[in-house]
Amino acid sequence: MNLTLKVWRQKNTNEKGGFETYQVKDISSEMSFLEMFDVLNEQLIRDNKEPIAFDHDCREGICGMCSMYINGKPHGPWQANTTCQLHMRAFKDGDTIVVEPWRAKAFPVIKDLVVDRSAFDRIIQAGGYISVNTGNAVDGNALPIEKAKADASFAAAMCIGCGACVAACKNSSAMLFLSAKVSHLALLPQGNPERKTRVVDMVAQMDKEGFGACTNTGACEATCPKEISIANIARLNQEYLVAGLTANK
Amino acid sequence: MLDAKIPAGPLDDKWTDYKGHCKLVNPANKRKLEVIIVGTGLAGASAAASLGELGYKVKAFCFQDSPRRAHSIAAQGGINAAKNYQNDGDSVFRLFYDTIKGGDYRAREANVHRLAEVSANIIDQCVAQGVPFAREYGGLLSNRSFGGTQVQRTFYAAGQTGQQLLIGAYQALERQVALDNVKMYARHEMLEVVMVDGKARGIIAKDLVSGKLERHFGHAVLLCSGGYGNVFYLSTNAMGSNVTAAWKAHKKGAAFANPCFTQIHPTCIPVSGDHQSKLTLMSESLRNDGRIWVPKKQGDNRKASEIPEEERDYYLERRYPAFGNLVPRDVASRAAKERCDAGYGVGTSKQAVYLDYGAAIERYGRIEASKEGKDNASIEEIITWGKGVVKEKYGNLFDMYEKITGENPYEVPMRIYPAVHYTMGGLWVDYELQTTLKGLYALGEANFSDHGANRLGASALMQGLADGYFVIPYTIGNYLADEIYNKPISTDHEAFVAAEKEVSERIEKLMSIKGTQTVESFHKRLGKIIWDKCGMARNEQGLKQAIAEVQALKKEFWSDVKIPGTVHEYNPELDKAGRVADFIELGELMCIDALNRNESCGGHFREEYQTPDGEALRDDENFMYVAAWEFKGDSNWELHKEPLQYEVIKPTQRNYK
Repeated sequence: MNLTLKVWRQKNTNEKGGFETYQVKDISSEMSFLEMFDVLNEQLIRDNKEPIAFDHDCREGICGMCSMYINGKPHGPWQANTTCQLHMRAFKDGDTIVVEPWRAKAFPVIKDLVVDRSAFDRIIQAGGYISVNTGNAVDGNALPIEKAKADASFAAAMCIGCGACVAACKNSSAMLFLSAKVSHLALLPQGNPERKTRVVDMVAQMDKEGFGACTNTGACEATCPKEISIANIARLNQEYLVAGLTANK
Repeated sequence: MLDAKIPAGPLDDKWTDYKGHCKLVNPANKRKLEVIIVGTGLAGASAAASLGELGYKVKAFCFQDSPRRAHSIAAQGGINAAKNYQNDGDSVFRLFYDTIKGGDYRAREANVHRLAEVSANIIDQCVAQGVPFAREYGGLLSNRSFGGTQVQRTFYAAGQTGQQLLIGAYQALERQVALDNVKMYARHEMLEVVMVDGKARGIIAKDLVSGKLERHFGHAVLLCSGGYGNVFYLSTNAMGSNVTAAWKAHKKGAAFANPCFTQIHPTCIPVSGDHQSKLTLMSESLRNDGRIWVPKKQGDNRKASEIPEEERDYYLERRYPAFGNLVPRDVASRAAKERCDAGYGVGTSKQAVYLDYGAAIERYGRIEASKEGKDNASIEEIITWGKGVVKEKYGNLFDMYEKITGENPYEVPMRIYPAVHYTMGGLWVDYELQTTLKGLYALGEANFSDHGANRLGASALMQGLADGYFVIPYTIGNYLADEIYNKPISTDHEAFVAAEKEVSERIEKLMSIKGTQTVESFHKRLGKIIWDKCGMARNEQGLKQAIAEVQALKKEFWSDVKIPGTVHEYNPELDKAGRVADFIELGELMCIDALNRNESCGGHFREEYQTPDGEALRDDENFMYVAAWEFKGDSNWELHKEPLQYEVIKPTQRNYK
């Protein structure tokens, strides 16, 4: 199939960006979206033009590195999907596809479609862990965990930290990302000792990074490639409230 | 040159004795010692966290935008540990034995035994960190089976075990970042080791965003940079996975061991066309329940559903009744290749076999029906329940398959074919994980030590975390205890200046070629040479051809590669060019190593050396050694042999029948 691409080009963080239009020909429906970009980049290099910078690594939907805003939707038209797993059979001959980077104050553009998501790492640094040094652990079966709780914790822990939730949110809120981490650890007995400080510190860091507030629109859940539930945000609010009322800190 | 430093004494006591007698560094001195860690996968992140906790000053580097994205994250099936929670006869010895046998008797006994010993601690540590492993209804940890073993010792978190383990290590790492014990450098790539007075004292790293070179000092340098499977271009590795850090160390003097030992994983989604940029694994855990087959008739073009049971050849069950679909990876891959080469392959390319869940869905459905007390459930109901069970166990893998192929694996059998997945070879290390360069260590897939000629499933995660959490914290102390008198060396030291100059000259050289062919096109051509001639089957003639072709490709690369952009900006094409240049050199060494090893063992299958029924034929008399190659100059290596001594296990022909 032949396609028209309108892609956001931006030299670096400080310079102003804009859309450029490109034509790609003979794209197979079996290609992945990023393989289509590979074809375009090879073409640009041959024409002595600068290839488009985009983040990608595992190309199997788990590392969370790829991050394109495709036709107004993070990771494109398919449900529960990452950009790297989007395949060209989602499009038809003659389509025009608009590709932008994640847009959020807390995710500055580095170049073209590449953004800086280090704010997520700093949110984890604020408390997204269990403080247990190597070598301190008791036997893995010493602490039975109800299967339903372990499963719910796992469902939250599946977050790949891609930032699509932030990109989808009109307020650029990071609440789904944050709530997934808080839920993952709060649902497990191991997470209990630091439960209150964790949620308070992580929320404070999120605010400091410049993410917006949550207004329960649900765009984050709808776009999440791992289908992280918005119920986690409700749990986060509950955890935060309880911590606020009862924490010593 | 090669002193493995294996502690004396009985195998069972070596590690305990070592820990009891190795040198220690007191906490006040640890604060003065700096350690550089390259790579933040399971080995790197666990090492960075553990050394940070101990009080060392750690600097960790990764090329991704966050340490959480290292390719360990993509590991699916599970992690082995000799817990014997299933009461099915597992033990440290059995895990040790299975790993040595699985590796076709080309791994070091002492290292593998230590790995089996610490395996149980890894599970405990990960549970404590909050890794949500799969659990039974009673709340206890669940296990599944994996290839090459007859016990259930694999712990898992659906099909995302690597992700969950890496997130655990990443959280521990970020905690140390918050405590200022670890300084993290994301979007950085190591481009040189700095040697001062015969010891590794730092690295030259490139900030990939600005393109600037940086000098970093460390009293020791740990390479946890993963494997080199991308030398094949198409592999299950991430696009960025590369050999560059290990290769720079190799060219500075670190021996590279068994480079030809590469693992071709039997169950991957087949190649769909020339546009393909990477391959996707379907977890080995799928072989637990799925049955592998091809039609009994050559060139059978019927749909899978139209081929009746009696016309299907379940070739693994037929050839290996004892292990069936759970034979080790090298055996399963070769068997698939044999069937396809003989004309029994399926799908449009005929380079695929079926992995069928029909029987498993029905079996699980019947168990569910029985649980619900429904004795006369219809077959439709049974299948619906069965699909539910399969979805819970393997749902994410099935979804992934459907996204890539557009076919629904709950309804039609999956098509699979072997693909490059893991590299057993790597930097030669001694018992302490130190390379042949003093102060330079290699952990995880980057080293060669534990898997011999073939790795068993669910053992890579185990090894990465064993090295990082439980081995290096002890062995590095044994080295650093003698370094407490050495103050940090200024990065203005001439060795740093010279190393940086070397790196920047190479970059300038690449940029000045201004040729006509893209980096990607060279990488593809390299991959094809290596896959065709140094892949699942190798022979003398092909390897000799491959060496000549790779040498010619190297010349062409350095005279005609085209790299856009400039040096001092974010330039992924330039970074890729440097990696491909290193892959080309490695590719040549792989072929040389494969040519030298006149035997078949594990993943290394030389067509000249096979048993009458097509199994790998080892030559223990002449090749029971680790081949460690020392770099001597352009296309020039010297072979050093580390003899392998089996004191406990008696090597035999591997038998999975």
